[in-house]
Amino acid sequence: MTTPVLEARAVTMRFGGLTAVHSVDLTVGSGEIVGLIGPNGAGKTTFFNCLTGLYIPTEGTVTYQGTVLPPKPHLVTQAGIARTFQNIRLFANMTVLENVLVGRHTRTKEGLWSALLRGPGFKKAEKESEARAMDLLAFVGLDHKRDHLARNLPYGEQRKLEIARALASEPGLLLLDEPTAGMNPQETRATEELVFAIRDKGIAVLVIEHDMRFIFNLCDRVAVLVQGEKLVEGTSDVVQADERVIAAYLGTPFEGEPGEEEAAEVAAAEAAADAPADSTTGSTEGDSQ
Amino acid sequence: MTHTTTNIATETQRGPVPLPAPAARALVSLGATGTIASAFLSWTYSSNFPGDLTIYGYPAGLQILAIVAGALTLLYSLTLWNVRGLHRLNPAGATSPVLMTALSAFTVCWFAAIAIAVDLGGLVNLAPGAYVAVAASALPVIGALALPHPAPGTGLRGYLTKPDQPRPGPLPALAERAVITLGTAVALIVFTYGIGINDDESETFIGYLLAIVFATWALVHAGLLDRYAGISARHKGFSATLAFVAVAVFPFTQDNDHNANLGVSILVFATVALGLNIVVGLTGLLDLGYVAFLGVGAYAAALVSGSEFSRFSGVQFPFWAAALTGMAASLVFGVLIGAPTLRLRGDYLAIVTLGFGEIFRIAVNNLDGVSGPNLTNGPNGISRIPDLEIFGFNLGDAHDVGSFTLGRFANYLFLMLFFTAIVVLVFTRAADSRIGRSWIAIREDETAATAMGINGFRVKLIAFALGAALAGLAGTVMAHVNYSVNPQPYQFAGAAPPNSAFLLAAVVLGGMGTVSGPLLGASLLYLIPEKLQFLKNYELFAFGIALVLLMRFRPEGIIANRRRQLEFHDSNTPDTPAQPDEPAVTKAGA
Repeated sequence: MTTPVLEARAVTMRFGGLTAVHSVDLTVGSGEIVGLIGPNGAGKTTFFNCLTGLYIPTEGTVTYQGTVLPPKPHLVTQAGIARTFQNIRLFANMTVLENVLVGRHTRTKEGLWSALLRGPGFKKAEKESEARAMDLLAFVGLDHKRDHLARNLPYGEQRKLEIARALASEPGLLLLDEPTAGMNPQETRATEELVFAIRDKGIAVLVIEHDMRFIFNLCDRVAVLVQGEKLVEGTSDVVQADERVIAAYLGTPFEGEPGEEEAAEVAAAEAAADAPADSTTGSTEGDSQ
Repeated sequence: MTHTTTNIATETQRGPVPLPAPAARALVSLGATGTIASAFLSWTYSSNFPGDLTIYGYPAGLQILAIVAGALTLLYSLTLWNVRGLHRLNPAGATSPVLMTALSAFTVCWFAAIAIAVDLGGLVNLAPGAYVAVAASALPVIGALALPHPAPGTGLRGYLTKPDQPRPGPLPALAERAVITLGTAVALIVFTYGIGINDDESETFIGYLLAIVFATWALVHAGLLDRYAGISARHKGFSATLAFVAVAVFPFTQDNDHNANLGVSILVFATVALGLNIVVGLTGLLDLGYVAFLGVGAYAAALVSGSEFSRFSGVQFPFWAAALTGMAASLVFGVLIGAPTLRLRGDYLAIVTLGFGEIFRIAVNNLDGVSGPNLTNGPNGISRIPDLEIFGFNLGDAHDVGSFTLGRFANYLFLMLFFTAIVVLVFTRAADSRIGRSWIAIREDETAATAMGINGFRVKLIAFALGAALAGLAGTVMAHVNYSVNPQPYQFAGAAPPNSAFLLAAVVLGGMGTVSGPLLGASLLYLIPEKLQFLKNYELFAFGIALVLLMRFRPEGIIANRRRQLEFHDSNTPDTPAQPDEPAVTKAGA
């Protein structure tokens, strides 16, 4: 195996007494699509934030292509990790093109002086940035909307724009936080194609998602995070077959499943509670609970 | 059944006044003509009322405003008669522009009559001409209300919301430039008239404001201002050059130096507001002590000006060096204030800058050698700052240019205009670049911006320091214009500009993130307190009410940002053809 693009070793994140992420190891190889799933509150997004420098992990290290990442979001992006957000965070009052141009911030150098003096170098760099940004917009299929405000795009296109903006920083690894949340099946399918196309560009992808069909179609490997700990990691088949994963999502059947007898008992109790519903406040409270 | 409903529909489509449409149109035109005519009559018997409205055939003060408003009303009433060529003024033939122009004439005339009666004590002071004006100016309003209601069933709101106006394509380039030239000339005339109203003629100035507000409203409803904004956006360089030419022409239109003094003060104030716009409008950092940077620049320039009251009275820098000193001093203070606070998010910066503004004033007040080291000469300030001499050209002397005499303040106006041009250039170039985009990104969403690789602290510090340096630059000129510097004007809120609250208000009122917005906002905020002297004690109160109303009804400011415009008119961006809109419009109209 070649050197992994991303290697998280024993990452632990504590907020006071709460351990949100506990000693998680994860590697993403080059050209790989890795999925990260888990029930709500499992610590997936916290783990993401540890990877991107938004949080500084309490313990553990994150290395990108062999170098330890600095704990500053902008330096992480500079190093080559780009991300999208669970709740879309576009620059709402900027145009589509400008959003992508902001994404190119780390790959351009022009400072205040060159902006004020407007030498030939500045113009060349601006032109080049715009050409690159337009390429990316064409890649996600938004080039015809370059002058629209980001806030006015439909939901699915906002997701696409966020991906294009992340790609503009020329990353080696793209982190997608629930890229298909709120999408219909067609849009989800299109997103799948888009992620494959990104992988074909040689960019490794780490994706958090709740849509299992999407995840299992897409990913080479899937890691399951439950209550801050990594439960299983493996190919789709391995994860799907693992009983602990099913238990984590659906719960385990507890001892002595309710039989007919108990069901009848519950029904009787409910009928009894319904009858004097408005006689006392106590019973009303009981009803509402 | 159906018959009654259609009857009701036509009934509601008509305005609240029951008159047939041709009669309504005739009433508007007649009333407008009457208003114009009344201005040539005497409105009062006593020349004590500001502007002297007693002379027949010689309109003055409020009467001139009545003529202008009446003429606009007449013009807009003619657009309803299908006069060839006039439909450009009101492409949709909408009712509300007519109503607004009618209201501008109406408010001017009625305000004049009421003001005469109140000022001079009773209705007896109204001459027949005033009654003619009052009656004639009411007719167009009645007529306009009889015209078809713009949006049946919505009541008053229907008149206040902007009607849909078709968006015609671009004109030939030359015609567009002619339109810009005309627009700039009109703006210059309107501004010159306003600044030329005597300080003790508050009544005339209120009439002027009323006429402007309603006339502008009418132009907005007619879609003309949007159109004009579009045209000048296509010829950015040309319209900017013309605007500077117009300001440069301004001193030649004035026969005394007092108005040039006002002009240069407005220019300083507007330039500082534009600098603040980088910090507030682009980067979204709330700076409540910005005027202190103006003060730092002014004091720095005063200290090295060679004034005998300066601590370094022997030192006299050439002006370019003094300007750089002022800039550098402000820059240093900007970095000192910014470096510890810009790492934090939220309102910390507002609190710290508010504190810095006050600390600056109090410190300068006390650095007089008694309660602290002698640096600023305390409350007395540094006075008798010598006039500048640039290339052997003494700015303190009057100079003759052709048949015009340009006084001291006119000279400084030209100097300040040069600096304003620099600040405008810095603002536009910085805003439209990598660094400007990162400022806006920080304003929009700081977390996302840092995730895109923007070093938030560094970029914010650059914006903050740049804003401070530009204010310092303006301060160096201000020190020389005012002959002296003292701590008094550099406070958080006061009755007269510049102070931090007014600067911030100029930016917010004019329109955040735009160039012309703060310039316009600053001009208004400077002129209004200057001309409405009677407000003195209630000024901050009136100012507060005005701000609240503005935030309620036009939160984007007088001049909306290009981005905001896109927000409202997204369907009309260059890439999408306008045709898909048209069926929808007809459907709504049917």
